[in-house]
Amino acid sequence: MSQFKRRDFLKMSAGLAAGVPLLAHGQAKPAAFAYRPEKGARLRVLRWKRFVQGDEDAFMAHTRRFEQKFGVQVRVDHEGFEDVRPKAAVAANVGSGPDVIYGFFDDPHLYPDKLVDVTDVANYLGAKYGGWYDVCRTYGMSGGKWIAVPLGAAGACFTHRISHVQAAGFREFPKDTAGFLELCKALKAKGTPPGFALGNATGDANSWCHWLVWAFGGKMVDEKNNVVINSPETIRALEYGKELYQTFVPGTLSWLDPNNNKAFLDGQISVTNNGISIYYAAKNATDPKVKELAPDIGHANFPIGPIGRATELHLFSQAMIFKYSKVQQAAKAYVAFMMEKEQYEPWQQAAIGYVTQPLKAYESNPIWTVDPKHTPYRDCVKNMTPNSYAGRLGYASAGTMADFVMVNMVAEAASGSRSPKEAAERAQARAQRYYKV
Amino acid sequence: MSVSRFFDNRNTLGALFLLPAAALLLVFLTYPLGLGTWLGFTNAKIGRAGEWIGLENFQFLFGDAVARLSLFNTLFYTLVASVFKFVLGLWLALLLNKSLPFKAVLRAVVLLPFIVPTALSALAFWWLYDAQFSVLSWTLAKMGLIDSYINFLGDPWLARLSTIAANIWRGVPFVAITLLAGLQTISPSLYEAAALDGATEWQKFWHVTLPMLTPIIAVVMTFSVLFTFTDFQLIYVLTRGGPLNATHLMATLSFQRAILGGALGEGAALATAMVPFLLAAITFSYFGLQRRAWQQGGADK
Repeated sequence: MSQFKRRDFLKMSAGLAAGVPLLAHGQAKPAAFAYRPEKGARLRVLRWKRFVQGDEDAFMAHTRRFEQKFGVQVRVDHEGFEDVRPKAAVAANVGSGPDVIYGFFDDPHLYPDKLVDVTDVANYLGAKYGGWYDVCRTYGMSGGKWIAVPLGAAGACFTHRISHVQAAGFREFPKDTAGFLELCKALKAKGTPPGFALGNATGDANSWCHWLVWAFGGKMVDEKNNVVINSPETIRALEYGKELYQTFVPGTLSWLDPNNNKAFLDGQISVTNNGISIYYAAKNATDPKVKELAPDIGHANFPIGPIGRATELHLFSQAMIFKYSKVQQAAKAYVAFMMEKEQYEPWQQAAIGYVTQPLKAYESNPIWTVDPKHTPYRDCVKNMTPNSYAGRLGYASAGTMADFVMVNMVAEAASGSRSPKEAAERAQARAQRYYKV
Repeated sequence: MSVSRFFDNRNTLGALFLLPAAALLLVFLTYPLGLGTWLGFTNAKIGRAGEWIGLENFQFLFGDAVARLSLFNTLFYTLVASVFKFVLGLWLALLLNKSLPFKAVLRAVVLLPFIVPTALSALAFWWLYDAQFSVLSWTLAKMGLIDSYINFLGDPWLARLSTIAANIWRGVPFVAITLLAGLQTISPSLYEAAALDGATEWQKFWHVTLPMLTPIIAVVMTFSVLFTFTDFQLIYVLTRGGPLNATHLMATLSFQRAILGGALGEGAALATAMVPFLLAAITFSYFGLQRRAWQQGGADK
């Protein structure tokens, strides 16, 4: 009876406002999930190493709280974000390793049959916290069931210097690609150029290069996984990218993930795509010159292209529980516990919004409004397009992105080492090799 | 045959003593190498066992422009870096072989680049080559020699040369110190005899030093070529294979494809494709540089 009431309440409140904190932790569960960790379980968790210190501090504090509450021992290992994929793959391959791994992007779809079905956890969380954003289903589900529980995304925005944008004659940051190109040209003319990574930078280069191509309607594959990157839309995107590149600070072809942070904090560039970590670093800097930057840093969502909707790609992370785990209930409990409001919201706050939620209810987390500069990051997952767009996640999409096919294409065309047409043809040929199987 | 007779047998005993070493080699070298080679002939993915597909991976790689580029990069990188490492290393060894003040200290200092972990020295080079913060560019700019910062890692050819320079810096000490050891084994009486015959410094070098040094040159250059050909850390820290894949070596591309991209079989095939080149290098140094007759003052037959 009580369960029935609660469901009704859920339906009602979902219609009222997604932001209202729905239910406190510990009440009756709407789905078939319940916290039932095995007695005396020892849990091993592998996650990516923090980008901002607050993330790790809060994450570990909540882990300790989980240990106390359920009498489960948890060991958390941290690895650089690019090392998680090989470690997770090896664990899946040899059938031994951490019980829970927080991986990225295609990971669960590389070995779906090695993962525990977490539909109960996902349904429970989805029902309790206003539902999952669309992109979470793409990343978390396979064959009608959930194989991973989305954690969120290290979202990126266009981090910029407010005073430079104004000096270039813009009252606010442009919302479309046409306006953005004008802004970059004006910034360049003022001697405060933009800078976007075009080297083999896993995070930043993939993020903005996918946005660029998608914004103009280009895509790697269609819904049936046929490679269609060599299209007039892609070529238009590449021509735009070429014009944009003319305004960049020199050297972006060599940029890896840390370069734009360093250049921005040194005042050498006025716009780049990045997580909130630049702002975080400026705010917490001990160097007064860097601290001074913080009030001048603004954030804007990626401009909308001719396609007319947001086309963003963010570093998307989800929790996987492996079938070889002997404490699967404890693993499920841990993953769910960390997503509960009592943990998730303070965790987001500690990381000042470095991770954007996958569950709609957390849009109301005060962290998004306490400083208006945080607000754009709130919508990152909502605005997100999966890296496999418009096809399916799997080996082909993972391989294509890991091989930087999109990034290399944009870099070739932008730098003029190949014409946009040649670059698109080359990307087509490279991608076809991945998608033929 | 009694047990004691069995253990008294020299051959049995020899085999027994060899067993631990053989087991180590088998478990830690032969097995991984064999497995890697086998994977190269399968379509194994990370998390999924593969099936035998014959030469398909190799055909695929042969038709792949990035893989071909990585082969070119690797050969270019190895050739240029090895030549420079040899010339500079030999020169340094000859200098250090002279009686210099603070000889011991100098010799120790020369070894430094080799001692520093590659990942750390690569990080130092990453800063030296940075597009915005390069101290090299900064110095040249302050001196008024350049207007804009040098795009060390952003221009394909400049990036190739920059990574090669970093590799040379790291590799020279190994060559120099090994050759120095070789120089010290050359008997002074040979030089005295040469001096009595009225040989010039150049003739002494050409007819005494170089022939006496060739066996050790063969060994040190074999190792040097192998290290360079299979270099990974330096590229991974400096460029990740960029810009535009201009510095991707076969080793880095193999890692990118196999581990980050999940195509285990293809990556293994790429790694296996390196073996013939390595064998060729070893064969060359064995048969090409160990010319006994020439070493003893005669002509090659």
